[in-house]
Amino acid sequence: MAVAFDEMNGPGGEIRPAYQELSRWLKETPAEALEYRRQEAELLFRRIGITFAVYGDAEAQERLIPFDVIPRIIAAKEWAILEKGLKQRVRALNMFLRDIYHGRDILRANIIPDDLIFQNPVFRPEMNGQDVPHDVYVHIAGIDIVRINPEEFYVLEDNARTPSGVSYMLENREIMMRLFPDLFARHRVAPVEKYPDELLSALRSVAPSSASSEPTVALMTPGVYNSAYYEHSFLADKLGIELVEGRDLIVKNDEVFMRTTEGLKRVDVIYRRVDDDFLDPLTFRPDSALGVPGLMSAYAAGNVTLANAVGTGIADDKAVYSYMPEVVKFYLGEEPILKNVPTWRCREPKDLAYVLDNLGELVVKEVHGSGGYGMLIGPAATKATIEAFRDKLKREPEGFIAQPTLALSTCPTCVESGLAPRHVDLRPFVLTGSNHVTIVPGGLTRVALKEGSLVVNSSQGGGTKDTWILDE
Amino acid sequence: MLSRTAENLYWLARYVERAEYLARTIEATLRVTALPNTYIGKTNEWDSALLTAGVSASFYEIYEEADERNVVEYLSFSPANPSSIKNCIENARLNSRSVRTALTSEMWDNINSAWIDLQEVWGKGTRTREELAKFLRFVQETSLRFDGSAYRTMLRNDAYWFSRLGLHLERADNTARILDVKYHVLLPEEEHVGGPLDYYQWTSILRSVSALTAYHWVYRETLKPWLIADLLILNDSLPRSLASCYGNLVRNLDQIGVAYGRQGAAQRHARGVRNRLEHSHMDDIFQHGVHEFIQEFILDNGRLGEIITKQYLI
Repeated sequence: MAVAFDEMNGPGGEIRPAYQELSRWLKETPAEALEYRRQEAELLFRRIGITFAVYGDAEAQERLIPFDVIPRIIAAKEWAILEKGLKQRVRALNMFLRDIYHGRDILRANIIPDDLIFQNPVFRPEMNGQDVPHDVYVHIAGIDIVRINPEEFYVLEDNARTPSGVSYMLENREIMMRLFPDLFARHRVAPVEKYPDELLSALRSVAPSSASSEPTVALMTPGVYNSAYYEHSFLADKLGIELVEGRDLIVKNDEVFMRTTEGLKRVDVIYRRVDDDFLDPLTFRPDSALGVPGLMSAYAAGNVTLANAVGTGIADDKAVYSYMPEVVKFYLGEEPILKNVPTWRCREPKDLAYVLDNLGELVVKEVHGSGGYGMLIGPAATKATIEAFRDKLKREPEGFIAQPTLALSTCPTCVESGLAPRHVDLRPFVLTGSNHVTIVPGGLTRVALKEGSLVVNSSQGGGTKDTWILDE
Repeated sequence: MLSRTAENLYWLARYVERAEYLARTIEATLRVTALPNTYIGKTNEWDSALLTAGVSASFYEIYEEADERNVVEYLSFSPANPSSIKNCIENARLNSRSVRTALTSEMWDNINSAWIDLQEVWGKGTRTREELAKFLRFVQETSLRFDGSAYRTMLRNDAYWFSRLGLHLERADNTARILDVKYHVLLPEEEHVGGPLDYYQWTSILRSVSALTAYHWVYRETLKPWLIADLLILNDSLPRSLASCYGNLVRNLDQIGVAYGRQGAAQRHARGVRNRLEHSHMDDIFQHGVHEFIQEFILDNGRLGEIITKQYLI
């Protein structure tokens, strides 16, 4: 694998322009001062209770995500390209979903094979022919971006269901501003604090027509044991909306109400952080205790807007992902600004053969996996793991895709021995309302803290960084 | 506000109040049991600590003997006791997490820090009496900080009032329970009235509701059992008296009623109990039986809890 592109120290060893000031500051700042601030940051996170749960780890029910105090910096010019590319991508995702659940032009044009859609467990036949307000399906998208050189941004994954992490974008910034006021004074960092306002206005803009002029928005959470519960309560608080669980909601005459101390109150828009499968036990999983019986019929009647819409999983499916460049061209008639990582679809025999021959060099992902669970990173895996994966692939090839192992860019990061480059990715959050797509300048930078590791997921030992978009 | 949010706030306050009361009870019991036998007689004070905590039956399912070690363990740390101090704080935090949006950051910070200390500092319980004393102080300080942060930082709206309802209902229950268990030492016709035995029992009662100093300020007399009963039941200047708790319950329920533009069974019931306390005299209560009076109060108080739940919380 080639040496990764470092975002601070360019290929010739020179400091790249966006990092000039940070680099100077790092030289001036003694190591103990950094360590002291790092400890302070950890204490703050713990006291605020910004924790997440790791599934399958009974010991550490609530854990802190390690926070790295060295910011990741993106120049204004770079961001301008990213922003354009992200908006383009999310527009295409929404048009694709509208099409898949209505006319299906893209299938008739033979751009995507039918069975990839109809055989797909995340395709929701319940959504066929159902209109959603302003044709918006993905109100909140978290698009994972990686870079491997100074010029190009790649989309690694489109998260179009219930992407999380935005609370870290906001809290990381708060904590950095508290700990490093001088560093902020020396940069012109674009603020991210408008995100909650923009999210709320996007949500209100898609209220059903039967709602009053002051639509009621609520955030629906699976509850305190969910890994992202902190984020749910954080966002509800910032938006000034109720944080509801399924048991707080009741459906009457195809309208959704929440139980309040003053009786029932109608809810118009639900920002739901509950997966499709658990939304309504009458439509989906009957054993779901998290959902609301009848929610889907209120949804079908157009009396409540769900954000994101039901059935968006078909757009961020890893197998569908490989068609995204064609999807963008098909709906927008434009060349995609953001690149796609070349992807082998193991469902296709030719691709499968290639993947099986080159397992040692590839990254293999489950089509429906997320959070870095159940994936193979060839170069870092033991022989036994590779062989186990080979068996899985042969047994169920349609469940997997493979990609080359990308040398993700690195950023300077605090580690035990001092500062060292570590691999990063970026998840910006793209909001779509009735007539506009917006992105707060920033996002969540995730960093793989282990030397050489390419897995940035927090469930797999990754950390986070504040992401600075320079405003000039 | 969501019914579940109101319910969580209400229980959060109850758990914190209960934790503090348990800590006070253990502290007062340690003090009185440290006295030579000639001063306290043969009564098992640890047994009555269990009774006032209302967990006597469940205790004897696990332990044979109500001695200091067993009772302190059961009331403080035992996972088997649903209302041990540890479980109270854990439940308080769980309730807090469910309603973070309704809490101020100061309140959350306090409960969350207490919970972290509980895991990290007190995870293994206490080994010495010094450690225990520290732990009991930590619990009381947690409650004081919680109460203070609620008082100083919460908006005065239904969230605040539901939290106060939980606090006063729990507090009234605790004071009533201690009276229920100890009423016999307060009866004027008891044989050893005024003997050293009673004196230390009385101070112990007052300590567990933090009213020993208050007693002297209010009555400017040596300890008299009927005055102690008067202080704990009828004197509404004492924050832990039944009268004071009901004054507050009526006020908070009225505030909710006004805000929602609707009164209900909870308001009527609380006013009924308050009126009875307001129009009672200690002489009558003694004449008709302190024990009966207190038992009826405990039932009434429990009923108010049920009515509030039905009216607002589900």
